[in-house]
Amino acid sequence: MSVLIYAENADGKFKKSIFEAVSYARAIADQQNTALTAISIGDVNADELNSLAKYGADKILNAANAQLKNFVNQAYASVIAEAAKKEGADIVVLSNSFSGRGLAPRLGVKLDAGVVDGAVELPELNGGKFTVKKTAFSGKAFAVVELTSANKVIALTPNSYKIVEAAKAEKVEGFSVETNESDFKAMLKEIVRSTDKVSLPDAEIVVSGGRGLKGPENWGMIEELANLLGAATACSKPVSDSGWRPHSEHVGQTGIAVSPNLYIAIGISGAIQHLAGVSSSKVIVVINKDAEAPFFKVADYGIVGDAFEVVPKLIAAIKEHKALV
Amino acid sequence: MTILVCISNVPDTTTKITFTDNNTQFNTNGVQFILNPYDEIALARAVELTDGGKGTVTVINVGEANTEPTIRKALAIGATDAVRINAKPHDAWFVAYQIAQYVKANPFDLILTGRESIDYNGSKVAGMLGELLDLPSVSIIKKLELEGDKAVVEREIEGGKEILTIPFPFVAGTAEGVAEPKIPNMRGIMSARTKPLTVIEPVDVKTNSEIISYETPAPRGQVKLVAADDAGKLIDLLHTEAKVI
Repeated sequence: MSVLIYAENADGKFKKSIFEAVSYARAIADQQNTALTAISIGDVNADELNSLAKYGADKILNAANAQLKNFVNQAYASVIAEAAKKEGADIVVLSNSFSGRGLAPRLGVKLDAGVVDGAVELPELNGGKFTVKKTAFSGKAFAVVELTSANKVIALTPNSYKIVEAAKAEKVEGFSVETNESDFKAMLKEIVRSTDKVSLPDAEIVVSGGRGLKGPENWGMIEELANLLGAATACSKPVSDSGWRPHSEHVGQTGIAVSPNLYIAIGISGAIQHLAGVSSSKVIVVINKDAEAPFFKVADYGIVGDAFEVVPKLIAAIKEHKALV
Repeated sequence: MTILVCISNVPDTTTKITFTDNNTQFNTNGVQFILNPYDEIALARAVELTDGGKGTVTVINVGEANTEPTIRKALAIGATDAVRINAKPHDAWFVAYQIAQYVKANPFDLILTGRESIDYNGSKVAGMLGELLDLPSVSIIKKLELEGDKAVVEREIEGGKEILTIPFPFVAGTAEGVAEPKIPNMRGIMSARTKPLTVIEPVDVKTNSEIISYETPAPRGQVKLVAADDAGKLIDLLHTEAKVI
Protein backbone atom coordinates (compact mmCIF):
# COMPACT_ATOMS: atom_id res chain seq x y z
CA MET A 1 0.00 0.00 0.00
CA SER A 2 1.28 3.45 -0.91
CA VAL A 3 0.27 6.62 -2.72
CA LEU A 4 1.56 7.61 -6.16
CA ILE A 5 1.40 11.17 -7.47
CA TYR A 6 1.89 11.90 -11.17
CA ALA A 7 3.89 15.14 -11.35
CA GLU A 8 3.06 16.57 -14.74
CA ASN A 9 5.55 19.03 -16.20
CA ALA A 10 5.05 21.83 -18.70
CA ASP A 11 8.25 22.46 -20.69
CA GLY A 12 10.30 20.74 -17.98
CA LYS A 13 8.84 22.73 -15.09
CA PHE A 14 6.30 21.83 -12.43
CA LYS A 15 3.54 24.34 -11.98
CA LYS A 16 1.90 25.44 -8.77
CA SER A 17 -1.03 23.07 -9.38
CA ILE A 18 1.42 20.15 -9.28
CA PHE A 19 2.86 21.21 -5.92
CA GLU A 20 -0.75 21.46 -4.69
CA ALA A 21 -1.36 17.90 -5.90
CA VAL A 22 1.86 16.68 -4.26
CA SER A 23 0.82 18.32 -0.95
CA TYR A 24 -2.62 16.76 -1.30
CA ALA A 25 -1.14 13.33 -2.03
CA ARG A 26 1.22 13.72 0.96
CA ALA A 27 -1.78 14.38 3.21
CA ILE A 28 -3.52 11.25 1.87
CA ALA A 29 -0.36 9.20 2.46
CA ASP A 30 -0.33 10.51 6.05
CA GLN A 31 -4.01 9.59 6.46
CA GLN A 32 -3.18 6.09 5.28
CA ASN A 33 0.07 5.99 7.24
CA THR A 34 2.05 5.11 4.14
CA ALA A 35 4.69 6.46 1.76
CA LEU A 36 4.32 8.85 -1.14
CA THR A 37 6.08 8.19 -4.43
CA ALA A 38 6.09 10.77 -7.22
CA ILE A 39 6.53 9.95 -10.88
CA SER A 40 7.68 12.42 -13.49
CA ILE A 41 7.64 11.60 -17.19
CA GLY A 42 9.65 13.45 -19.84
CA ASP A 43 12.54 15.90 -19.68
CA VAL A 44 12.85 17.37 -16.20
CA ASN A 45 16.16 18.36 -14.63
CA ALA A 46 17.45 17.16 -11.27
CA ASP A 47 16.75 20.39 -9.37
CA GLU A 48 13.21 20.45 -10.54
CA LEU A 49 12.71 16.76 -9.68
CA ASN A 50 14.16 17.33 -6.23
CA SER A 51 11.65 20.12 -5.62
CA LEU A 52 8.96 17.42 -5.28
CA ALA A 53 10.65 16.19 -2.09
CA LYS A 54 10.06 19.59 -0.54
CA TYR A 55 6.30 18.97 -0.58
CA GLY A 56 6.51 15.48 0.79
CA ALA A 57 7.49 12.96 -1.89
CA ASP A 58 9.48 10.17 -0.18
CA LYS A 59 10.77 8.96 -3.52
CA ILE A 60 10.77 10.44 -7.00
CA LEU A 61 10.70 8.22 -10.07
CA ASN A 62 12.04 9.76 -13.24
CA ALA A 63 10.79 8.16 -16.46
CA ALA A 64 12.81 9.92 -19.11
CA ASN A 65 13.53 8.63 -22.57
CA ALA A 66 13.35 10.11 -26.06
CA GLN A 67 10.01 8.47 -26.84
CA LEU A 68 8.41 9.87 -23.72
CA LYS A 69 9.67 13.42 -24.21
CA ASN A 70 6.24 14.76 -25.16
CA PHE A 71 2.88 13.89 -23.70
CA VAL A 72 1.14 10.93 -25.34
CA ASN A 73 -1.99 10.09 -23.38
CA GLN A 74 -1.95 6.33 -23.94
CA ALA A 75 1.79 5.89 -23.34
CA TYR A 76 1.90 8.11 -20.25
CA ALA A 77 -1.06 6.21 -18.77
CA SER A 78 0.85 2.95 -19.29
CA VAL A 79 3.96 4.30 -17.55
CA ILE A 80 1.97 5.62 -14.57
CA ALA A 81 0.05 2.33 -14.26
CA GLU A 82 3.35 0.40 -14.35
CA ALA A 83 4.77 2.63 -11.63
CA ALA A 84 1.64 2.13 -9.50
CA LYS A 85 1.97 -1.64 -9.83
CA LYS A 86 5.70 -1.68 -9.07
CA GLU A 87 5.27 0.61 -6.07
CA GLY A 88 2.22 -1.26 -4.84
CA ALA A 89 0.30 2.02 -4.89
CA ASP A 90 -3.42 1.68 -4.32
CA ILE A 91 -4.13 5.42 -4.59
CA VAL A 92 -2.98 7.43 -7.61
CA VAL A 93 -3.28 11.22 -7.49
CA LEU A 94 -3.10 13.59 -10.48
CA SER A 95 -3.87 17.22 -11.14
CA ASN A 96 -7.23 17.61 -12.91
CA SER A 97 -5.43 19.45 -15.70
CA PHE A 98 -6.27 19.01 -19.37
CA SER A 99 -3.76 16.15 -19.56
CA GLY A 100 -4.80 14.76 -16.19
CA ARG A 101 -8.36 14.50 -17.43
CA GLY A 102 -7.12 12.30 -20.26
CA LEU A 103 -5.00 10.10 -17.99
CA ALA A 104 -7.33 9.54 -15.02
CA PRO A 105 -9.98 7.49 -16.88
CA ARG A 106 -7.37 5.33 -18.63
CA LEU A 107 -5.67 4.71 -15.29
CA GLY A 108 -9.01 3.83 -13.75
CA VAL A 109 -9.51 1.08 -16.32
CA LYS A 110 -5.89 -0.14 -16.20
CA LEU A 111 -5.84 -0.35 -12.41
CA ASP A 112 -9.43 -1.51 -11.98
CA ALA A 113 -9.90 1.61 -9.88
CA GLY A 114 -12.79 3.94 -9.21
CA VAL A 115 -12.01 7.49 -10.37
CA VAL A 116 -12.87 10.82 -8.78
CA ASP A 117 -12.13 13.75 -11.06
CA GLY A 118 -12.31 17.35 -9.91
CA ALA A 119 -11.73 16.53 -6.23
CA VAL A 120 -11.85 19.62 -4.01
CA GLU A 121 -11.09 18.22 -0.56
CA LEU A 122 -9.11 15.47 1.11
CA PRO A 123 -10.78 12.05 1.18
CA GLU A 124 -12.71 11.14 4.32
CA LEU A 125 -12.67 7.72 5.88
CA ASN A 126 -15.91 7.03 7.69
CA GLY A 127 -16.86 3.59 8.90
CA GLY A 128 -14.80 1.91 6.22
CA LYS A 129 -16.15 4.21 3.52
CA PHE A 130 -13.64 6.14 1.42
CA THR A 131 -15.35 9.29 0.16
CA VAL A 132 -14.13 12.28 -1.83
CA LYS A 133 -15.92 15.57 -2.47
CA LYS A 134 -15.90 16.79 -6.07
CA THR A 135 -17.53 19.54 -8.11
CA ALA A 136 -20.75 18.64 -9.89
CA PHE A 137 -23.34 20.35 -12.07
CA SER A 138 -20.57 22.55 -13.47
CA GLY A 139 -19.91 24.27 -10.18
CA LYS A 140 -23.54 24.60 -9.09
CA ALA A 141 -23.04 21.84 -6.48
CA PHE A 142 -20.67 19.29 -5.00
CA ALA A 143 -21.07 15.52 -4.94
CA VAL A 144 -19.59 13.28 -2.27
CA VAL A 145 -18.47 10.13 -4.05
CA GLU A 146 -17.64 6.85 -2.38
CA LEU A 147 -14.99 4.78 -4.13
CA THR A 148 -15.76 1.13 -3.49
CA SER A 149 -12.81 -0.37 -5.37
CA ALA A 150 -9.52 -1.40 -3.73
CA ASN A 151 -7.54 0.89 -6.06
CA LYS A 152 -8.44 4.53 -6.43
CA VAL A 153 -7.61 7.38 -8.81
CA ILE A 154 -8.14 10.97 -7.69
CA ALA A 155 -7.69 14.05 -9.88
CA LEU A 156 -7.44 17.27 -7.84
CA THR A 157 -8.97 20.55 -9.03
CA PRO A 158 -6.26 23.24 -9.33
CA ASN A 159 -6.46 26.00 -6.67
CA SER A 160 -8.54 23.91 -4.28
CA TYR A 161 -5.79 22.62 -1.96
CA LYS A 162 -3.05 24.70 -0.35
CA ILE A 163 0.60 23.94 -0.91
CA VAL A 164 2.16 22.59 2.29
CA GLU A 165 5.88 22.18 2.74
CA ALA A 166 6.85 18.80 4.21
CA ALA A 167 10.47 18.33 3.25
CA LYS A 168 11.75 14.80 2.73
CA ALA A 169 15.19 13.59 1.70
CA GLU A 170 15.76 14.12 -2.02
CA LYS A 171 15.67 10.67 -3.53
CA VAL A 172 15.40 10.45 -7.32
CA GLU A 173 15.47 7.10 -9.10
CA GLY A 174 15.41 6.36 -12.80
CA PHE A 175 12.28 4.52 -13.85
CA SER A 176 12.52 2.51 -17.02
CA VAL A 177 9.56 0.82 -18.52
CA GLU A 178 9.21 -1.14 -21.72
CA THR A 179 7.04 0.95 -23.96
CA ASN A 180 4.47 -0.57 -26.24
CA GLU A 181 4.50 0.67 -29.88
CA SER A 182 0.71 0.67 -30.06
CA ASP A 183 0.68 3.31 -27.30
CA PHE A 184 2.26 5.84 -29.66
CA LYS A 185 -0.32 6.04 -32.46
CA ALA A 186 -1.17 9.66 -31.66
CA MET A 187 1.72 11.82 -32.91
CA LEU A 188 2.46 15.30 -31.64
CA LYS A 189 2.99 17.76 -34.49
CA GLU A 190 3.29 21.02 -32.66
CA ILE A 191 2.87 22.67 -29.27
CA VAL A 192 1.62 26.24 -29.32
CA ARG A 193 2.00 27.99 -25.99
CA SER A 194 1.29 31.64 -25.39
CA THR A 195 4.08 32.22 -22.91
CA ASP A 196 3.31 35.87 -22.32
CA LYS A 197 -0.04 35.14 -20.69
CA VAL A 198 -1.15 33.54 -17.46
CA SER A 199 -3.05 30.34 -18.19
CA LEU A 200 -6.70 30.56 -17.15
CA PRO A 201 -7.17 27.23 -15.31
CA ASP A 202 -4.05 27.86 -13.17
CA ALA A 203 -4.61 31.56 -12.53
CA GLU A 204 -4.91 32.89 -8.97
CA ILE A 205 -6.56 36.05 -10.26
CA VAL A 206 -8.91 36.24 -13.23
CA VAL A 207 -10.15 39.43 -14.92
CA SER A 208 -13.21 38.66 -16.98
CA GLY A 209 -15.17 40.82 -19.42
CA GLY A 210 -18.72 40.59 -20.73
CA ARG A 211 -20.97 42.16 -23.30
CA GLY A 212 -20.96 45.36 -21.25
CA LEU A 213 -17.59 46.10 -22.81
CA LYS A 214 -19.35 46.65 -26.14
CA GLY A 215 -16.68 45.24 -28.45
CA PRO A 216 -13.32 43.47 -28.78
CA GLU A 217 -11.57 46.79 -29.33
CA ASN A 218 -12.23 47.66 -25.68
CA TRP A 219 -10.27 44.73 -24.24
CA GLY A 220 -7.12 46.81 -23.93
CA MET A 221 -8.04 47.98 -20.43
CA ILE A 222 -9.03 44.42 -19.39
CA GLU A 223 -5.62 43.19 -20.48
CA GLU A 224 -3.85 46.06 -18.79
CA LEU A 225 -5.69 45.39 -15.52
CA ALA A 226 -4.91 41.66 -15.83
CA ASN A 227 -1.23 42.34 -16.51
CA LEU A 228 -0.91 44.60 -13.49
CA LEU A 229 -2.49 41.94 -11.27
CA GLY A 230 -0.63 39.00 -12.83
CA ALA A 231 -4.06 37.71 -13.77
CA ALA A 232 -5.48 35.66 -16.63
CA THR A 233 -8.14 37.16 -18.87
CA ALA A 234 -11.51 35.49 -19.35
CA CYS A 235 -14.92 36.27 -20.80
CA SER A 236 -18.60 35.33 -20.80
CA LYS A 237 -20.24 33.08 -23.38
CA PRO A 238 -21.84 35.82 -25.53
CA VAL A 239 -18.38 37.37 -25.88
CA SER A 240 -16.69 34.20 -27.16
CA ASP A 241 -19.75 33.31 -29.26
CA SER A 242 -19.45 36.71 -30.95
CA GLY A 243 -15.81 35.99 -31.70
CA TRP A 244 -14.56 38.93 -29.61
CA ARG A 245 -12.39 36.55 -27.58
CA PRO A 246 -11.24 32.93 -28.12
CA HIS A 247 -13.36 30.02 -26.82
CA SER A 248 -10.53 29.05 -24.48
CA GLU A 249 -11.37 32.17 -22.42
CA HIS A 250 -15.05 31.33 -22.01
CA VAL A 251 -15.83 30.77 -18.35
CA GLY A 252 -19.15 29.17 -17.43
CA GLN A 253 -21.19 26.03 -17.53
CA THR A 254 -20.35 25.12 -21.13
CA GLY A 255 -16.89 26.66 -21.02
CA ILE A 256 -14.28 26.34 -18.33
CA ALA A 257 -14.86 26.30 -14.57
CA VAL A 258 -12.31 28.28 -12.57
CA SER A 259 -11.56 28.56 -8.87
CA PRO A 260 -9.17 31.49 -8.49
CA ASN A 261 -8.55 33.46 -5.30
CA LEU A 262 -10.00 36.53 -6.98
CA TYR A 263 -12.46 36.75 -9.88
CA ILE A 264 -13.20 40.23 -11.24
CA ALA A 265 -16.27 40.33 -13.48
CA ILE A 266 -16.59 43.45 -15.61
CA GLY A 267 -19.73 44.12 -17.61
CA ILE A 268 -21.09 40.60 -17.01
CA SER A 269 -24.69 40.41 -15.78
CA GLY A 270 -24.27 36.99 -14.14
CA ALA A 271 -26.49 34.48 -15.96
CA ILE A 272 -26.84 31.21 -14.01
CA GLN A 273 -24.64 29.41 -16.57
CA HIS A 274 -21.81 31.89 -16.01
CA LEU A 275 -22.14 31.81 -12.22
CA ALA A 276 -21.77 28.01 -12.32
CA GLY A 277 -18.26 28.36 -13.70
CA VAL A 278 -17.06 30.86 -11.08
CA SER A 279 -18.90 29.86 -7.91
CA SER A 280 -15.82 28.28 -6.32
CA SER A 281 -13.79 31.50 -6.65
CA LYS A 282 -12.69 32.63 -3.20
CA VAL A 283 -13.43 36.33 -3.67
CA ILE A 284 -15.71 37.72 -6.39
CA VAL A 285 -15.72 41.36 -7.49
CA VAL A 286 -18.46 42.60 -9.79
CA ILE A 287 -18.38 45.81 -11.78
CA ASN A 288 -21.60 46.53 -13.60
CA LYS A 289 -23.58 49.66 -14.36
CA ASP A 290 -26.86 47.83 -13.66
CA ALA A 291 -27.36 47.70 -9.89
CA GLU A 292 -29.95 44.94 -10.45
CA ALA A 293 -27.48 42.62 -12.23
CA PRO A 294 -27.84 39.14 -10.66
CA PHE A 295 -24.05 38.86 -10.34
CA PHE A 296 -24.11 41.30 -7.36
CA LYS A 297 -26.05 38.69 -5.35
CA VAL A 298 -23.09 36.32 -5.35
CA ALA A 299 -20.36 38.95 -5.17
CA ASP A 300 -18.16 39.83 -2.21
CA TYR A 301 -17.35 43.32 -3.50
CA GLY A 302 -19.16 45.37 -6.07
CA ILE A 303 -19.04 48.67 -7.88
CA VAL A 304 -22.17 49.92 -9.59
CA GLY A 305 -20.76 51.99 -12.39
CA ASP A 306 -19.69 52.24 -15.99
CA ALA A 307 -16.74 49.95 -16.75
CA PHE A 308 -15.20 52.60 -18.98
CA GLU A 309 -14.94 54.94 -15.98
CA VAL A 310 -14.28 52.41 -13.22
CA VAL A 311 -11.57 50.25 -14.82
CA PRO A 312 -9.17 53.13 -15.57
CA LYS A 313 -9.54 54.20 -11.92
CA LEU A 314 -8.69 50.69 -10.77
CA ILE A 315 -5.65 50.65 -13.05
CA ALA A 316 -4.46 53.97 -11.62
CA ALA A 317 -5.04 52.73 -8.05
CA ILE A 318 -3.05 49.53 -8.64
CA LYS A 319 -0.16 51.51 -10.13
CA GLU A 320 -0.20 53.75 -7.08
CA HIS A 321 -0.44 50.74 -4.74
CA LYS A 322 2.50 49.10 -6.50
CA ALA A 323 4.56 52.26 -6.24
CA LEU A 324 4.05 52.19 -2.46
CA VAL A 325 5.14 48.61 -1.83
CA MET B 1 -16.59 6.77 -42.56
CA THR B 2 -18.61 5.48 -39.63
CA ILE B 3 -18.85 7.70 -36.56
CA LEU B 4 -20.30 6.90 -33.16
CA VAL B 5 -21.36 9.85 -31.02
CA CYS B 6 -21.98 9.10 -27.34
CA ILE B 7 -24.70 11.34 -25.93
CA SER B 8 -25.97 12.20 -22.46
CA ASN B 9 -29.32 13.45 -21.30
CA VAL B 10 -28.61 16.30 -18.84
CA PRO B 11 -30.47 19.07 -16.97
CA ASP B 12 -30.87 22.25 -19.02
CA THR B 13 -28.11 24.82 -18.38
CA THR B 14 -30.56 27.23 -16.72
CA THR B 15 -31.60 24.65 -14.10
CA LYS B 16 -31.41 25.66 -10.48
CA ILE B 17 -29.84 22.60 -8.88
CA THR B 18 -31.58 21.30 -5.75
CA PHE B 19 -31.61 17.97 -3.92
CA THR B 20 -34.12 15.84 -2.02
CA ASP B 21 -34.06 12.94 0.47
CA ASN B 22 -31.63 14.62 2.83
CA ASN B 23 -29.42 15.79 -0.04
CA THR B 24 -28.91 12.34 -1.48
CA GLN B 25 -30.98 12.66 -4.66
CA PHE B 26 -30.90 15.26 -7.43
CA ASN B 27 -34.33 16.87 -7.58
CA THR B 28 -35.56 16.33 -11.15
CA ASN B 29 -38.95 17.85 -10.38
CA GLY B 30 -39.71 20.44 -13.07
CA VAL B 31 -36.27 20.05 -14.63
CA GLN B 32 -36.05 20.17 -18.40
CA PHE B 33 -33.56 17.65 -19.81
CA ILE B 34 -31.52 18.37 -22.91
CA LEU B 35 -28.85 16.89 -25.13
CA ASN B 36 -25.55 17.61 -23.35
CA PRO B 37 -24.18 20.81 -25.02
CA TYR B 38 -20.70 19.32 -25.58
CA ASP B 39 -22.25 16.22 -27.17
CA GLU B 40 -24.15 18.57 -29.49
CA ILE B 41 -20.80 19.86 -30.71
CA ALA B 42 -19.56 16.29 -31.30
CA LEU B 43 -22.73 15.47 -33.18
CA ALA B 44 -22.56 18.61 -35.31
CA ARG B 45 -18.98 17.79 -36.37
CA ALA B 46 -19.88 14.16 -37.08
CA VAL B 47 -22.74 15.30 -39.30
CA GLU B 48 -20.44 17.74 -41.14
CA LEU B 49 -17.77 15.07 -41.70
CA THR B 50 -20.24 12.59 -43.17
CA ASP B 51 -22.39 15.09 -45.07
CA GLY B 52 -23.22 14.21 -48.68
CA GLY B 53 -23.06 10.44 -48.34
CA LYS B 54 -19.52 10.33 -46.96
CA GLY B 55 -20.53 8.12 -44.06
CA THR B 56 -22.96 7.44 -41.25
CA VAL B 57 -23.42 8.80 -37.75
CA THR B 58 -24.78 6.57 -35.00
CA VAL B 59 -25.69 8.08 -31.65
CA ILE B 60 -25.58 5.95 -28.54
CA ASN B 61 -27.04 6.70 -25.13
CA VAL B 62 -27.04 4.76 -21.91
CA GLY B 63 -30.36 5.66 -20.38
CA GLU B 64 -33.88 4.61 -19.60
CA ALA B 65 -36.88 5.26 -21.88
CA ASN B 66 -37.19 8.87 -20.65
CA THR B 67 -34.07 9.85 -22.65
CA GLU B 68 -35.76 9.13 -25.97
CA PRO B 69 -36.77 12.75 -26.69
CA THR B 70 -33.07 13.66 -26.47
CA ILE B 71 -32.14 10.76 -28.76
CA ARG B 72 -34.83 11.86 -31.25
CA LYS B 73 -33.37 15.36 -31.16
CA ALA B 74 -29.97 13.93 -32.09
CA LEU B 75 -31.62 12.09 -34.98
CA ALA B 76 -33.33 15.32 -36.03
CA ILE B 77 -29.98 17.12 -36.03
CA GLY B 78 -28.71 14.57 -38.52
CA ALA B 79 -27.64 11.25 -36.97
CA THR B 80 -28.38 8.26 -39.20
CA ASP B 81 -29.54 5.91 -36.49
CA ALA B 82 -29.50 5.51 -32.72
CA VAL B 83 -28.87 2.93 -30.04
CA ARG B 84 -30.14 3.13 -26.49
CA ILE B 85 -28.70 0.85 -23.86
CA ASN B 86 -31.57 0.43 -21.48
CA ALA B 87 -30.08 1.25 -18.08
CA LYS B 88 -29.60 4.09 -15.61
CA PRO B 89 -26.18 5.63 -16.30
CA HIS B 90 -24.76 4.71 -12.88
CA ASP B 91 -21.34 6.32 -13.40
CA ALA B 92 -18.79 6.93 -16.16
CA TRP B 93 -17.30 3.45 -15.78
CA PHE B 94 -20.72 1.81 -16.18
CA VAL B 95 -21.51 3.93 -19.24
CA ALA B 96 -18.12 3.43 -20.88
CA TYR B 97 -18.24 -0.32 -20.24
CA GLN B 98 -21.67 -0.66 -21.87
CA ILE B 99 -20.67 1.38 -24.90
CA ALA B 100 -17.38 -0.52 -25.25
CA GLN B 101 -19.27 -3.84 -25.38
CA TYR B 102 -21.42 -2.44 -28.18
CA VAL B 103 -18.41 -1.12 -30.11
CA LYS B 104 -16.54 -4.43 -29.82
CA ALA B 105 -19.39 -6.02 -31.77
CA ASN B 106 -19.95 -2.99 -34.05
CA PRO B 107 -16.66 -1.17 -34.76
CA PHE B 108 -16.54 2.49 -35.82
CA ASP B 109 -13.83 4.61 -37.49
CA LEU B 110 -14.27 7.43 -35.01
CA ILE B 111 -15.89 7.66 -31.59
CA LEU B 112 -16.78 11.10 -30.24
CA THR B 113 -18.06 12.18 -26.87
CA GLY B 114 -18.54 15.66 -25.44
CA ARG B 115 -15.57 16.79 -23.32
CA GLU B 116 -17.74 16.22 -20.24
CA SER B 117 -21.38 16.06 -19.32
CA ILE B 118 -22.62 19.22 -17.65
CA ASP B 119 -24.12 17.27 -14.72
CA TYR B 120 -21.22 15.26 -13.31
CA ASN B 121 -18.40 16.92 -15.30
CA GLY B 122 -16.29 13.77 -15.25
CA SER B 123 -14.73 13.87 -18.74
CA LYS B 124 -14.03 10.18 -18.24
CA VAL B 125 -16.03 8.26 -20.82
CA ALA B 126 -13.69 9.07 -23.76
CA GLY B 127 -10.56 7.92 -21.94
CA MET B 128 -12.23 4.82 -20.50
CA LEU B 129 -13.53 3.87 -23.95
CA GLY B 130 -10.04 4.34 -25.37
CA GLU B 131 -8.59 2.05 -22.73
CA LEU B 132 -11.34 -0.57 -22.98
CA LEU B 133 -11.02 -0.67 -26.78
CA ASP B 134 -7.23 -0.23 -26.84
CA LEU B 135 -7.55 2.91 -28.97
CA PRO B 136 -5.86 6.31 -28.66
CA SER B 137 -8.00 8.88 -26.87
CA VAL B 138 -7.76 12.65 -26.73
CA SER B 139 -9.52 14.22 -23.80
CA ILE B 140 -10.44 17.73 -24.86
CA ILE B 141 -10.23 18.80 -28.48
CA LYS B 142 -10.94 22.19 -30.02
CA LYS B 143 -10.57 21.22 -33.67
CA LEU B 144 -10.94 18.06 -35.75
CA GLU B 145 -9.94 17.90 -39.41
CA LEU B 146 -9.43 14.97 -41.79
CA GLU B 147 -6.09 14.41 -43.51
CA GLY B 148 -6.15 11.24 -45.63
CA ASP B 149 -6.50 8.23 -43.36
CA LYS B 150 -5.65 10.30 -40.31
CA ALA B 151 -7.19 13.11 -38.34
CA VAL B 152 -5.51 16.30 -37.22
CA VAL B 153 -6.81 17.47 -33.86
CA GLU B 154 -6.06 20.40 -31.62
CA ARG B 155 -5.97 19.52 -27.96
CA GLU B 156 -6.42 22.14 -25.28
CA ILE B 157 -3.56 22.54 -22.78
CA GLU B 158 -3.07 25.16 -20.06
CA GLY B 159 -2.17 28.38 -21.85
CA GLY B 160 -2.07 26.93 -25.35
CA LYS B 161 -2.74 23.95 -27.55
CA GLU B 162 -1.15 20.83 -28.97
CA ILE B 163 -1.67 19.78 -32.57
CA LEU B 164 -1.72 15.99 -33.04
CA THR B 165 -2.17 13.57 -35.91
CA ILE B 166 -4.01 10.35 -35.08
CA PRO B 167 -4.84 7.39 -37.30
CA PHE B 168 -8.40 6.08 -37.22
CA PRO B 169 -9.96 4.59 -35.21
CA PHE B 170 -9.69 6.74 -32.10
CA VAL B 171 -11.80 8.36 -29.38
CA ALA B 172 -12.02 12.10 -28.69
CA GLY B 173 -13.96 14.41 -26.37
CA THR B 174 -15.07 17.59 -28.12
CA ALA B 175 -15.22 21.14 -26.79
CA GLU B 176 -16.21 24.50 -28.24
CA GLY B 177 -14.42 25.27 -31.49
CA VAL B 178 -14.87 21.81 -33.06
CA ALA B 179 -18.21 22.81 -34.62
CA GLU B 180 -21.17 25.08 -34.13
CA PRO B 181 -24.20 23.21 -32.74
CA LYS B 182 -26.83 22.56 -35.39
CA ILE B 183 -30.48 23.45 -34.98
CA PRO B 184 -32.71 20.72 -36.44
CA ASN B 185 -34.81 21.79 -39.42
CA MET B 186 -38.37 20.68 -40.14
CA ARG B 187 -37.25 17.90 -42.48
CA GLY B 188 -34.86 16.63 -39.84
CA ILE B 189 -37.57 16.64 -37.19
CA MET B 190 -39.97 14.76 -39.47
CA SER B 191 -37.42 12.16 -40.51
CA ALA B 192 -36.22 11.65 -36.92
CA ARG B 193 -39.52 9.98 -36.09
CA THR B 194 -38.86 7.10 -38.47
CA LYS B 195 -35.08 6.72 -38.17
CA PRO B 196 -34.04 3.45 -36.51
CA LEU B 197 -33.64 3.52 -32.73
CA THR B 198 -32.47 0.17 -31.41
CA VAL B 199 -32.87 -0.59 -27.71
CA ILE B 200 -30.48 -3.14 -26.24
CA GLU B 201 -30.17 -4.44 -22.71
CA PRO B 202 -27.08 -3.71 -20.58
CA VAL B 203 -24.45 -6.26 -19.65
CA ASP B 204 -23.54 -6.93 -16.03
CA VAL B 205 -20.59 -5.02 -14.66
CA LYS B 206 -19.35 -4.31 -11.17
CA THR B 207 -19.45 -0.60 -10.37
CA ASN B 208 -16.73 1.12 -8.36
CA SER B 209 -18.18 4.45 -7.33
CA GLU B 210 -21.33 5.66 -5.63
CA ILE B 211 -22.59 9.20 -5.05
CA ILE B 212 -23.62 9.24 -1.41
CA SER B 213 -24.64 12.86 -0.97
CA TYR B 214 -24.68 16.34 -2.49
CA GLU B 215 -23.86 19.79 -1.20
CA THR B 216 -24.56 23.23 -2.54
CA PRO B 217 -21.90 25.96 -2.35
CA ALA B 218 -21.97 27.99 0.85
CA PRO B 219 -23.84 31.25 0.32
CA ARG B 220 -21.70 34.37 0.24
CA GLY B 221 -22.24 37.25 2.63
CA GLN B 222 -23.79 40.53 1.64
CA VAL B 223 -21.93 42.29 -1.18
CA LYS B 224 -19.81 45.22 -0.04
CA LEU B 225 -20.34 48.09 -2.43
CA VAL B 226 -17.70 50.67 -3.26
CA ALA B 227 -18.77 53.96 -4.85
CA ALA B 228 -17.82 54.27 -8.52
CA ASP B 229 -16.18 57.66 -7.89
CA ASP B 230 -13.98 56.09 -5.28
CA ALA B 231 -13.13 52.93 -7.26
CA GLY B 232 -9.53 52.95 -6.09
CA LYS B 233 -10.75 52.06 -2.59
CA LEU B 234 -11.58 48.60 -3.94
CA ILE B 235 -7.87 47.93 -4.46
CA ASP B 236 -7.20 48.80 -0.80
CA LEU B 237 -9.97 46.46 0.35
CA LEU B 238 -8.70 43.62 -1.82
CA HIS B 239 -5.26 44.15 -0.36
CA THR B 240 -5.93 44.79 3.32
CA GLU B 241 -9.28 43.07 3.94
CA ALA B 242 -9.68 40.23 1.43
CA LYS B 243 -5.90 39.80 1.17
CA VAL B 244 -6.05 38.51 -2.37
CA ILE B 245 -3.74 41.02 -4.07
